[in-house]
Amino acid sequence: MFTLDETDLAIMHATQSGLPLTARPYHHIAEQLGLSAEDVMSRMVNMQEHGVIRRIGAVPNHYKLGYRFNGMTVWNIPDEVIDELGAKVGQLDFVSHCYHRPRHLPEWPYNLFAMVHGKSQAAVDQQIKVMSELLGKDNQGHEVLYSSEILKKTGFRSGG
Amino acid sequence: MDTIDRLIINQLQSDFPICETPYQVVAERLGLTEACLIERLQALLDNGTLTRFGPLYHAERMGGALTLAAVKVPTERFAEVTALINAFPEVAHNYARSHELNMWFVIATESLEQQQKTITAIEQQTGLSVYNMPKLNEYFVGLKLEA
Repeated sequence: MFTLDETDLAIMHATQSGLPLTARPYHHIAEQLGLSAEDVMSRMVNMQEHGVIRRIGAVPNHYKLGYRFNGMTVWNIPDEVIDELGAKVGQLDFVSHCYHRPRHLPEWPYNLFAMVHGKSQAAVDQQIKVMSELLGKDNQGHEVLYSSEILKKTGFRSGG
Repeated sequence: MDTIDRLIINQLQSDFPICETPYQVVAERLGLTEACLIERLQALLDNGTLTRFGPLYHAERMGGALTLAAVKVPTERFAEVTALINAFPEVAHNYARSHELNMWFVIATESLEQQQKTITAIEQQTGLSVYNMPKLNEYFVGLKLEA
């Protein structure tokens, strides 16, 4: 496994709350940390190549964007086709997260999780219909779990 | 929010460059000026449309561990169990969901060993079985907006 050294960790801590909104953001970080901009950039490229940085990008607030209805859809998909179908589900515009997770038989037969977002309940219902049709006969059962309350939300951020 | 904001958000879902003037590079892709892009990004962060802009680190690849877990909480114990589970600093997010498995939370620890310890401690304190559902594969994380 790729291990981070102290300098990598310092860059991580300096950028965890976000990238500076200045014309030369990596130079800005370098100045803060007393490093060269080239060093900061090459270390970040390296972290990205090793998957330590999943991506550099924007995290939208779905609710603010008008996507006020969201559901955790869970599906029972044969293991031999889950990677193929998971990739297809992940490509749908309304799916924000899509994962293969373990079943807990017999109570929990679902192994494909996809978060969907819509501007109305009707939109979400339609999305679930699209997914059902896409999965076809390989869908051996599904449910949608709606969140009724956020019980805890910390500042913790990760891509998944 | 207008069409330009939506284009910016979609463009910034991935592939933000690591180079001397990355905002300039992205602005050119979008046909905007660098100053306009930075100004709009700042506004989207200030008004909460974006919760964050920057690198997203992968907890597992940093030696850390992340999992999704669920418990079946009897209705009459819901408040008590919420307090017990939320008291764990390792529990990052916790949601009530409409299902027999009615409480779903994310456990973030520095190692798999600590993850297991946390799950065991939650089971001991609550007397409930924790359904541990770590991700086995990831197909997509992000968002695509209609422009």
